Amino acid sequence: MQKIIKVGMADLKIVKYPEILTTLGLGSCVGIALYDKKIQLIGLAHIMLPDSRQIKNNANKAKFADTAINLLIEEMVKEGGNRSRFVAKIAGGAQMFSFGGNSDVMKIGFRNVVATKEILGDLKVPIIAEDTGGNYGRTIEVYSDTGGLLVKTIGHGIKEI
Amino acid sequence: MFKVEDLNNMHLDVLREVGNIGAGNAATALAKMIDKKIDMEVPIVKILDYGDIANTLGGEESVVAGIYFDVEGDITGNIMFLLDVNSSKTLTGMLMGREDYSKDLDEMDRSALQEVGNILSGSYISSLSSLTGLNLLLSIPSLCIDMAGAILSVPAIQFGYVSDKVLLIETKLKDGNDLVKANFFLIPNAETFSTLLNSLGVYD
Repeated sequence: MQKIIKVGMADLKIVKYPEILTTLGLGSCVGIALYDKKIQLIGLAHIMLPDSRQIKNNANKAKFADTAINLLIEEMVKEGGNRSRFVAKIAGGAQMFSFGGNSDVMKIGFRNVVATKEILGDLKVPIIAEDTGGNYGRTIEVYSDTGGLLVKTIGHGIKEI
Repeated sequence: MFKVEDLNNMHLDVLREVGNIGAGNAATALAKMIDKKIDMEVPIVKILDYGDIANTLGGEESVVAGIYFDVEGDITGNIMFLLDVNSSKTLTGMLMGREDYSKDLDEMDRSALQEVGNILSGSYISSLSSLTGLNLLLSIPSLCIDMAGAILSVPAIQFGYVSDKVLLIETKLKDGNDLVKANFFLIPNAETFSTLLNSLGVYD
Protein backbone atom coordinates (compact mmCIF):
# COMPACT_ATOMS: atom_id res chain seq x y z
CA MET A 1 0.00 0.00 0.00
CA GLN A 2 1.47 3.34 -1.06
CA LYS A 3 1.47 5.94 1.63
CA ILE A 4 1.81 9.64 0.88
CA ILE A 5 3.98 11.24 3.50
CA LYS A 6 3.85 14.98 3.97
CA VAL A 7 6.91 17.15 4.35
CA GLY A 8 6.08 20.48 6.04
CA MET A 9 7.69 23.88 5.64
CA ALA A 10 11.27 23.82 6.97
CA ASP A 11 11.10 20.03 7.20
CA LEU A 12 12.68 17.01 5.53
CA LYS A 13 11.88 13.31 5.26
CA ILE A 14 13.31 10.13 3.76
CA VAL A 15 11.35 7.07 2.61
CA LYS A 16 11.80 3.86 0.64
CA TYR A 17 9.59 2.23 -1.99
CA PRO A 18 6.58 2.14 -2.16
CA GLU A 19 6.05 5.36 -0.24
CA ILE A 20 5.57 8.79 -1.79
CA LEU A 21 6.72 12.13 -0.44
CA THR A 22 4.80 15.35 -0.93
CA THR A 23 5.14 18.97 0.07
CA LEU A 24 2.31 21.44 -0.42
CA GLY A 25 2.28 25.04 -1.52
CA LEU A 26 5.92 25.78 -2.27
CA GLY A 27 6.18 29.51 -2.92
CA SER A 28 9.61 31.08 -2.63
CA CYS A 29 10.69 27.98 -0.76
CA VAL A 30 12.48 25.25 -2.69
CA GLY A 31 11.70 21.54 -2.64
CA ILE A 32 14.86 19.48 -3.01
CA ALA A 33 14.34 15.82 -3.90
CA LEU A 34 17.17 13.30 -3.89
CA TYR A 35 16.86 9.84 -5.39
CA ASP A 36 18.89 6.65 -5.17
CA LYS A 37 17.53 4.53 -7.99
CA LYS A 38 19.20 1.27 -7.06
CA ILE A 39 17.49 0.96 -3.70
CA GLN A 40 14.48 3.14 -4.52
CA LEU A 41 15.20 5.54 -1.71
CA ILE A 42 13.98 9.15 -1.85
CA GLY A 43 14.44 12.19 0.33
CA LEU A 44 12.70 15.53 0.20
CA ALA A 45 13.54 18.82 1.92
CA HIS A 46 11.36 21.96 1.95
CA ILE A 47 13.80 24.78 2.59
CA MET A 48 12.89 28.42 3.25
CA LEU A 49 16.19 30.30 3.17
CA PRO A 50 19.52 29.97 1.38
CA ASP A 51 22.18 30.22 4.05
CA SER A 52 22.31 29.15 7.69
CA ARG A 53 25.57 31.02 8.24
CA GLN A 54 23.63 34.28 8.43
CA ILE A 55 22.31 33.39 11.87
CA LYS A 56 24.07 32.34 15.05
CA ASN A 57 22.07 29.48 16.46
CA ASN A 58 20.46 27.36 13.88
CA ALA A 59 17.97 25.13 15.61
CA ASN A 60 16.22 23.91 12.50
CA LYS A 61 18.55 22.43 9.91
CA ALA A 62 15.76 21.81 7.41
CA LYS A 63 15.07 25.55 7.17
CA PHE A 64 18.23 26.39 5.20
CA ALA A 65 19.47 25.06 1.88
CA ASP A 66 23.01 24.36 3.07
CA THR A 67 22.22 22.48 6.27
CA ALA A 68 19.16 20.75 4.83
CA ILE A 69 21.01 19.26 1.85
CA ASN A 70 23.82 17.99 4.06
CA LEU A 71 21.37 16.46 6.49
CA LEU A 72 19.34 14.91 3.68
CA ILE A 73 22.44 13.21 2.25
CA GLU A 74 23.54 12.07 5.70
CA GLU A 75 20.14 10.53 6.47
CA MET A 76 19.94 8.83 3.09
CA VAL A 77 23.38 7.30 3.56
CA LYS A 78 22.20 6.00 6.95
CA GLU A 79 19.34 4.27 5.15
CA GLY A 80 21.77 2.48 2.89
CA GLY A 81 22.00 5.05 0.10
CA ASN A 82 25.23 5.56 -1.81
CA ARG A 83 26.00 9.19 -2.44
CA SER A 84 27.67 8.49 -5.77
CA ARG A 85 24.26 7.31 -7.04
CA PHE A 86 22.25 10.29 -5.78
CA VAL A 87 20.53 12.54 -8.30
CA ALA A 88 18.54 15.66 -7.49
CA LYS A 89 15.39 17.32 -8.77
CA ILE A 90 14.35 20.73 -7.52
CA ALA A 91 11.17 22.80 -7.73
CA GLY A 92 9.88 26.08 -6.31
CA GLY A 93 11.73 29.34 -5.79
CA ALA A 94 8.94 31.51 -7.16
CA GLN A 95 8.45 35.19 -6.54
CA MET A 96 4.89 35.35 -5.26
CA PHE A 97 4.56 39.11 -4.91
CA SER A 98 6.15 41.74 -7.08
CA PHE A 99 6.95 45.18 -5.80
CA GLY A 100 8.54 47.99 -7.72
CA GLY A 101 11.61 48.05 -5.52
CA ASN A 102 14.44 45.57 -5.54
CA SER A 103 13.91 44.39 -2.02
CA ASP A 104 16.07 41.43 -1.08
CA VAL A 105 13.21 39.69 0.55
CA MET A 106 11.26 39.63 -2.69
CA LYS A 107 14.10 37.90 -4.48
CA ILE A 108 14.42 35.20 -1.88
CA GLY A 109 13.00 32.56 -4.23
CA PHE A 110 15.72 33.21 -6.76
CA ARG A 111 18.40 33.22 -4.06
CA ASN A 112 17.09 29.93 -2.68
CA VAL A 113 17.44 28.32 -6.10
CA VAL A 114 20.95 29.70 -6.66
CA ALA A 115 22.10 28.50 -3.24
CA THR A 116 20.54 25.07 -3.74
CA LYS A 117 22.34 24.61 -7.05
CA GLU A 118 25.65 25.76 -5.64
CA ILE A 119 25.48 23.42 -2.69
CA LEU A 120 24.42 20.42 -4.76
CA GLY A 121 27.21 21.28 -7.20
CA ASP A 122 29.78 21.42 -4.40
CA LEU A 123 28.58 18.05 -3.13
CA LYS A 124 28.69 16.58 -6.66
CA VAL A 125 25.03 15.65 -6.74
CA PRO A 126 23.80 16.19 -10.32
CA ILE A 127 20.54 18.08 -10.80
CA ILE A 128 18.72 16.13 -13.49
CA ALA A 129 15.53 18.20 -13.62
CA GLU A 130 14.13 21.43 -12.26
CA ASP A 131 10.98 23.52 -12.33
CA THR A 132 11.82 26.78 -10.64
CA GLY A 133 11.04 30.50 -10.78
CA GLY A 134 7.86 32.09 -12.03
CA ASN A 135 5.28 33.76 -9.83
CA TYR A 136 3.13 30.85 -8.80
CA GLY A 137 3.00 28.21 -6.08
CA ARG A 138 3.73 24.53 -6.55
CA THR A 139 2.72 21.34 -4.81
CA ILE A 140 5.09 18.46 -5.51
CA GLU A 141 5.05 14.68 -5.17
CA VAL A 142 8.14 12.52 -5.38
CA TYR A 143 7.87 8.83 -6.31
CA SER A 144 10.21 6.27 -4.86
CA ASP A 145 9.77 3.75 -7.72
CA THR A 146 10.71 6.04 -10.62
CA GLY A 147 12.25 9.07 -8.95
CA GLY A 148 9.67 11.13 -10.80
CA LEU A 149 8.67 14.51 -9.45
CA LEU A 150 5.14 15.72 -10.13
CA VAL A 151 4.48 19.46 -10.04
CA LYS A 152 0.92 20.70 -9.51
CA THR A 153 -0.04 24.36 -9.78
CA ILE A 154 -3.09 26.59 -9.77
CA GLY A 155 -3.60 27.72 -13.35
CA HIS A 156 -0.17 26.69 -14.64
CA GLY A 157 -0.86 23.04 -15.28
CA ILE A 158 0.51 19.76 -13.97
CA LYS A 159 3.72 18.18 -15.16
CA GLU A 160 6.17 15.50 -14.23
CA ILE A 161 9.85 16.28 -14.38
CA MET B 1 15.16 43.31 22.11
CA PHE B 2 11.89 41.44 22.33
CA LYS B 3 11.64 38.00 20.87
CA VAL B 4 8.32 36.54 19.88
CA GLU B 5 8.72 34.02 22.71
CA ASP B 6 9.25 36.77 25.31
CA LEU B 7 5.93 38.50 24.92
CA ASN B 8 3.77 38.27 28.03
CA ASN B 9 0.00 38.45 28.32
CA MET B 10 -0.06 42.19 28.75
CA HIS B 11 1.96 42.65 25.55
CA LEU B 12 -0.40 40.36 23.72
CA ASP B 13 -3.39 42.33 25.02
CA VAL B 14 -1.87 45.54 23.72
CA LEU B 15 -1.17 43.98 20.32
CA ARG B 16 -4.72 42.67 20.22
CA GLU B 17 -5.97 46.19 20.86
CA VAL B 18 -3.79 47.46 18.03
CA GLY B 19 -5.52 44.96 15.78
CA ASN B 20 -8.87 46.00 17.13
CA ILE B 21 -8.44 49.66 16.34
CA GLY B 22 -6.76 49.12 12.99
CA ALA B 23 -9.20 46.53 11.73
CA GLY B 24 -12.15 48.47 13.12
CA ASN B 25 -11.28 51.32 10.81
CA ALA B 26 -10.66 48.98 7.92
CA ALA B 27 -14.07 47.35 8.51
CA THR B 28 -15.74 50.76 8.39
CA ALA B 29 -13.97 51.53 5.13
CA LEU B 30 -15.07 48.20 3.65
CA ALA B 31 -18.67 48.74 4.79
CA LYS B 32 -18.74 52.12 3.06
CA MET B 33 -17.21 50.71 -0.08
CA ILE B 34 -19.73 47.94 -0.64
CA ASP B 35 -22.57 49.57 1.28
CA LYS B 36 -23.12 46.52 3.46
CA LYS B 37 -22.92 45.84 7.14
CA ILE B 38 -19.54 44.38 8.07
CA ASP B 39 -19.01 42.28 11.18
CA MET B 40 -15.62 42.10 12.76
CA GLU B 41 -14.42 39.42 15.13
CA VAL B 42 -12.23 40.14 18.12
CA PRO B 43 -8.64 40.12 16.86
CA ILE B 44 -6.44 37.17 17.71
CA VAL B 45 -2.72 37.42 18.28
CA LYS B 46 -1.28 34.23 16.95
CA ILE B 47 2.22 32.96 17.49
CA LEU B 48 2.64 30.16 15.04
CA ASP B 49 5.18 27.65 13.84
CA TYR B 50 5.71 27.82 10.09
CA GLY B 51 3.90 24.59 9.51
CA ASP B 52 0.74 25.85 11.16
CA ILE B 53 0.40 29.12 9.29
CA ALA B 54 -1.37 27.78 6.26
CA ASN B 55 -3.65 25.65 8.41
CA THR B 56 -5.25 28.84 9.72
CA LEU B 57 -6.69 29.26 6.25
CA GLY B 58 -8.02 25.83 5.42
CA GLY B 59 -4.86 24.11 4.29
CA GLU B 60 -1.81 24.83 2.16
CA GLU B 61 -3.53 24.16 -1.15
CA SER B 62 -6.71 26.18 -0.72
CA VAL B 63 -6.80 29.01 -3.24
CA VAL B 64 -6.71 32.48 -1.75
CA ALA B 65 -6.11 36.04 -2.88
CA GLY B 66 -3.42 37.79 -0.88
CA ILE B 67 -2.72 41.49 -1.06
CA TYR B 68 0.60 42.25 0.51
CA PHE B 69 2.16 45.47 1.77
CA ASP B 70 5.43 46.51 3.32
CA VAL B 71 5.10 48.76 6.33
CA GLU B 72 7.97 51.17 6.83
CA GLY B 73 8.79 54.10 9.07
CA ASP B 74 9.14 53.90 12.84
CA ILE B 75 8.11 50.26 12.82
CA THR B 76 8.59 47.79 10.01
CA GLY B 77 6.60 44.77 9.08
CA ASN B 78 3.92 43.68 6.70
CA ILE B 79 0.23 43.75 6.21
CA MET B 80 -1.59 41.02 4.38
CA PHE B 81 -5.22 41.15 3.41
CA LEU B 82 -6.45 37.69 2.50
CA LEU B 83 -9.70 36.50 0.96
CA ASP B 84 -10.69 33.03 -0.10
CA VAL B 85 -11.35 32.80 -3.81
CA ASN B 86 -15.16 32.90 -3.54
CA SER B 87 -15.06 35.96 -1.33
CA SER B 88 -12.82 37.69 -3.87
CA LYS B 89 -15.31 37.01 -6.64
CA THR B 90 -18.22 38.18 -4.52
CA LEU B 91 -16.43 41.31 -3.40
CA THR B 92 -15.42 42.36 -6.91
CA GLY B 93 -18.89 41.41 -8.12
CA MET B 94 -20.41 43.76 -5.57
CA LEU B 95 -18.02 46.54 -6.50
CA MET B 96 -18.71 46.15 -10.21
CA GLY B 97 -22.46 45.92 -9.63
CA ARG B 98 -22.77 42.45 -11.17
CA GLU B 99 -25.76 40.19 -10.64
CA ASP B 100 -23.75 37.01 -10.82
CA TYR B 101 -20.82 36.61 -8.47
CA SER B 102 -19.41 33.42 -9.97
CA LYS B 103 -17.43 34.98 -12.81
CA ASP B 104 -13.70 34.34 -12.81
CA LEU B 105 -11.51 37.28 -11.91
CA ASP B 106 -10.25 39.35 -14.84
CA GLU B 107 -7.63 42.11 -14.93
CA MET B 108 -10.14 44.72 -13.85
CA ASP B 109 -11.20 42.61 -10.87
CA ARG B 110 -7.60 42.09 -9.88
CA SER B 111 -6.86 45.77 -9.83
CA ALA B 112 -10.11 46.38 -7.93
CA LEU B 113 -8.97 43.86 -5.31
CA GLN B 114 -5.62 45.60 -5.01
CA GLU B 115 -7.39 48.88 -4.53
CA VAL B 116 -9.67 47.42 -1.85
CA GLY B 117 -6.60 46.10 -0.08
CA ASN B 118 -4.98 49.48 -0.43
CA ILE B 119 -7.89 51.39 1.07
CA LEU B 120 -8.35 48.95 3.95
CA SER B 121 -4.67 48.76 4.78
CA GLY B 122 -4.44 52.53 4.53
CA SER B 123 -7.20 52.99 7.08
CA TYR B 124 -5.66 50.32 9.31
CA ILE B 125 -2.26 51.98 9.24
CA SER B 126 -3.51 55.54 9.62
CA SER B 127 -5.54 54.66 12.72
CA LEU B 128 -2.52 52.84 14.10
CA SER B 129 -0.40 55.85 13.34
CA SER B 130 -2.70 58.27 15.17
CA LEU B 131 -3.02 55.88 18.11
CA THR B 132 0.71 55.47 18.59
CA GLY B 133 2.05 58.74 17.23
CA LEU B 134 4.43 56.71 15.08
CA ASN B 135 5.26 57.56 11.52
CA LEU B 136 4.09 54.66 9.36
CA LEU B 137 4.26 54.29 5.61
CA LEU B 138 2.67 51.72 3.38
CA SER B 139 4.14 50.38 0.13
CA ILE B 140 2.09 49.93 -2.99
CA PRO B 141 -0.03 46.76 -2.92
CA SER B 142 0.94 43.54 -4.62
CA LEU B 143 -1.68 40.90 -5.37
CA CYS B 144 -1.23 37.18 -5.71
CA ILE B 145 -3.95 34.56 -6.18
CA ASP B 146 -2.55 31.14 -5.46
CA MET B 147 -2.17 28.37 -2.87
CA ALA B 148 -2.39 29.57 0.72
CA GLY B 149 0.83 27.78 1.60
CA ALA B 150 2.80 29.55 -1.10
CA ILE B 151 1.38 32.96 -0.22
CA LEU B 152 1.87 32.62 3.52
CA SER B 153 5.41 31.40 3.09
CA VAL B 154 6.32 34.98 2.15
CA PRO B 155 5.83 36.50 5.64
CA ALA B 156 7.18 33.29 7.19
CA ILE B 157 10.42 33.69 5.24
CA GLN B 158 10.75 37.29 6.31
CA PHE B 159 10.82 36.06 9.90
CA GLY B 160 12.93 33.07 9.04
CA TYR B 161 16.31 34.46 9.99
CA VAL B 162 15.28 35.76 13.38
CA SER B 163 12.79 33.28 14.68
CA ASP B 164 11.15 29.92 14.25
CA LYS B 165 7.83 31.49 15.00
CA VAL B 166 5.69 34.12 13.33
CA LEU B 167 3.50 36.61 15.15
CA LEU B 168 0.30 37.56 13.37
CA ILE B 169 -2.40 39.89 14.56
CA GLU B 170 -5.37 38.45 12.76
CA THR B 171 -8.81 39.99 12.41
CA LYS B 172 -11.65 38.35 10.54
CA LEU B 173 -14.10 40.54 8.70
CA LYS B 174 -17.28 39.38 7.05
CA ASP B 175 -20.41 40.92 5.63
CA GLY B 176 -23.78 40.29 7.30
CA ASN B 177 -24.76 37.63 4.77
CA ASP B 178 -21.53 35.69 5.17
CA LEU B 179 -20.60 36.11 1.52
CA VAL B 180 -17.36 37.98 1.90
CA LYS B 181 -14.93 36.64 4.47
CA ALA B 182 -11.58 38.29 4.80
CA ASN B 183 -8.57 37.95 7.09
CA PHE B 184 -6.47 40.91 7.92
CA PHE B 185 -2.96 40.26 9.20
CA LEU B 186 -0.56 42.74 10.72
CA ILE B 187 2.87 41.14 10.96
CA PRO B 188 5.29 43.43 12.83
CA ASN B 189 8.99 42.67 12.59
CA ALA B 190 10.35 41.32 15.85
CA GLU B 191 12.99 44.08 15.87
CA THR B 192 10.33 46.73 16.19
CA PHE B 193 8.13 45.10 18.84
CA SER B 194 9.62 47.32 21.52
CA THR B 195 9.05 50.51 19.51
CA LEU B 196 5.44 49.53 18.98
CA LEU B 197 4.87 48.55 22.61
CA ASN B 198 6.71 51.60 23.98
CA SER B 199 4.63 53.92 21.84
CA LEU B 200 1.57 52.53 23.58
CA GLY B 201 3.04 53.06 27.04
CA VAL B 202 4.18 49.49 27.63
CA TYR B 203 7.81 49.17 28.62
CA ASP B 204 9.98 46.13 28.73
